[in-house]
Amino acid sequence: MFNDAVQFVENYPLLVAAIKIVIVFLVLSGVVAYMVLAERKVLAFMQARLGPMRVGPWGLFQPAADGLKLLLKEDIIPAGADKFVFLIAPVISVVAAFTVFAVIPYGPSSALIITDLNVGLLFVVAVSSLGIYGIILGGWASNSHYPLLGSLRSAAQLVSYEIPAGMAIVGVLLVSNSLSLVKIVEAQQSSGLWNFFLQPLGFLIFLIAAVAETNRNPFDLPEAESELTAGFHTEYSGFRFALYFMAEYTSMVLVSALAVVLFWGGWLRPFASVAALDFLNYLPPVSLLMIAGVVFFFARRNPVPAEKWFLVAVAAGSAVLAGVVAVPVVITAVQPIFWFTAKVFALLYAFIWYRATFPRYRYDQLMNVGWRWLIPLALGNLIATACVLWWAGPNPGRLKLFFAMLAANLAVAIVVALLVGWRSPTAAAVEKQTGS
Amino acid sequence: MPEVTYLDADELVINMGPQHPATHGVLRVKLKLDGERVTGSECIIGYLHRGIEKIAENRTYQQFAPYVDRMDYVAAVTNGMGYCEAVEKLLGAEIPPRAQYTRMILAELQRIASHLLWLGTHALDLGAMTPVFYTFREREEILRIFENYCGARLTTHAFRIGGLLYDLYDGFEKEVRKFSDMFLGKIDEYEQLLTKNRIWLERTQNVGILKAEDAIAYAVTGPVLRGSGVKWDVRKAQPYEAYDKVEFDVPVGRHEGWGDTYDRYLVRLAEMRQSVRIIRQAVERLESGPIFGKVGKIIKPPAGFEVYHAIESPKGELGYLVVSDGTTHPYRVRVRPPSFVNLQAFDLMARGHLIADVVAIIGTIDIVLGEVDR
Repeated sequence: MFNDAVQFVENYPLLVAAIKIVIVFLVLSGVVAYMVLAERKVLAFMQARLGPMRVGPWGLFQPAADGLKLLLKEDIIPAGADKFVFLIAPVISVVAAFTVFAVIPYGPSSALIITDLNVGLLFVVAVSSLGIYGIILGGWASNSHYPLLGSLRSAAQLVSYEIPAGMAIVGVLLVSNSLSLVKIVEAQQSSGLWNFFLQPLGFLIFLIAAVAETNRNPFDLPEAESELTAGFHTEYSGFRFALYFMAEYTSMVLVSALAVVLFWGGWLRPFASVAALDFLNYLPPVSLLMIAGVVFFFARRNPVPAEKWFLVAVAAGSAVLAGVVAVPVVITAVQPIFWFTAKVFALLYAFIWYRATFPRYRYDQLMNVGWRWLIPLALGNLIATACVLWWAGPNPGRLKLFFAMLAANLAVAIVVALLVGWRSPTAAAVEKQTGS
Repeated sequence: MPEVTYLDADELVINMGPQHPATHGVLRVKLKLDGERVTGSECIIGYLHRGIEKIAENRTYQQFAPYVDRMDYVAAVTNGMGYCEAVEKLLGAEIPPRAQYTRMILAELQRIASHLLWLGTHALDLGAMTPVFYTFREREEILRIFENYCGARLTTHAFRIGGLLYDLYDGFEKEVRKFSDMFLGKIDEYEQLLTKNRIWLERTQNVGILKAEDAIAYAVTGPVLRGSGVKWDVRKAQPYEAYDKVEFDVPVGRHEGWGDTYDRYLVRLAEMRQSVRIIRQAVERLESGPIFGKVGKIIKPPAGFEVYHAIESPKGELGYLVVSDGTTHPYRVRVRPPSFVNLQAFDLMARGHLIADVVAIIGTIDIVLGEVDR
């Protein structure tokens, strides 16, 4: 039977790819839809309120209601808009965001990746940049002031932050010696050291640039609602607005997945080479059991019978799933997916966390952070990484490499901080205004 | 000969408001932009004009009192207090101490509530969305005290000309004490979110700089003036009620001779602490006694008298000019609204800044359009 399956894959590679694409697309859409709900819930939790509570138990069906609402709304095209560009712009954004997932590896076997492109990283950088066109064109085609300002902002912002992000990725390339995302994770596996430990500075730069590229707080200037009403999508309504929304959240998932693959060891368990931590392998069923327990706890307190029984069913389902996952064969099989998902969600949570914590940068300050801090840091990191790798030679010891990289990163950070922080540009501006 | 512009690179004129999430009501700001930089601005007001001053001429003195609550509707208690005191001054009426201290407690609570609303929305305008929920949580406590006292939360009409209509309810003192104990910790909580936040500093420091001489020239008052380093507070300069019998400081900004958005932020936070201090002292001095002075049911001041009375409202100097003509109706009531006067300094502060700063500057002036337009 196993041979039959292999035969099938060999005979119909396109069909298999299509099935995988459909599965990834559906799962991703679900994750994106529930990401919106999760964001609202986590924000509510941090802000001493409840969040959506009306649609379904604890607002669990809110994404479906939102989607339906947006589908049924009128699709308004403003007078004087460039109609074709206006219509196509959100599609560009969302297609670009979804396409990149073709090369993201969810696990070691070829079944868990749509295609392992040997220039996967280039593909990621290239296609994800295309999403900017959707934002720029959408804002421009609206024939309205606020969207135009929003799209101008995003053009400058995304182009500026693409550079440090790209250079941070090159640092990973140097360490891992490959452009294929699978190979990058495998390199982290064989060295037993995640790239995060070799490239802490690179990770920080990538993370900040990633937040900026997804237009998220504190870099959400293109859609700053208190300044530009809604920025580039002010004139959009109905499902085209939903497409922009989906594109934004998909890019969030995307950059989190990329950060996990590039820096956090992709599908690898934390400290996979440390045998003492093997008990972590049992985390998948344990976490499912914990979910079941929490859901059951809330079910008991829910006064609406229908919702109560729904939650009890969810709890029972999770418990049964935990039982299935606890089977030794299955537990090994789900390891990669579990760890990959857990790490992606941890980063996504951080995205929401920033939004609850930070005020928004101003346009010139954003450029300041990008050009005066991140680009010099990324350049310095690149040079330092190359030098350390050249100094260490082929196959260096793990610890030797780690400490050398750490020292190099620290040196780069200190030198850049001294050079850049020498004189802040605001001091002159204050002198001009106050005359003191 | 007009200057040649390439690629049609003219200045862009955009309208911020009257429907805009950050203009705090129906302010309309016409901005002349060079890219994102503001080269000129004009505030267009009047979208909320209801002719409140004219209405006063057709109402009796008492009937007009609830109208003033609709001016600065987030600080109705202080509005009402200013008007009642102005008419009392016209009549030369004495107010019993219990009423005075009650008025002070409620007015300071109102100041805190108004500053809380300002803090939350100001932070929201600058993109920090969490503080607004925290500040509204504490503001709710204050509104609950108002509701228990007079039945209304927003437009309270808490005081009457001559004193109070209602005596304090049972447990008022306990509730106020509990609030003031709790609230100081809450201010620290807001400060943890904002005061040393790198982005907050960058967004507020050196933004909307107002020199002290300009502030005085524009007759700016309240926290905006004090943020510029001028130590002027009507409560200290021309004490009313029993403000001369309590101890409190007048906080000013960090700089000598000028102030920015961050200074005004610090001043308002410090003011909330001082308000708590005043409330604590006033609660201690509440003694049982009458709550209404010698003011008749029909108020009919003699003709030809003119009184100007100013109080320190949360937004600045709120003044009432009341002119009598010997009838039960005022001949004229003129209001000096702090929001309106402070707003005039907007162009001065906004010129040369970016659009994002315009939002910060509107927020830092702390305007309420009901008061600007009246």
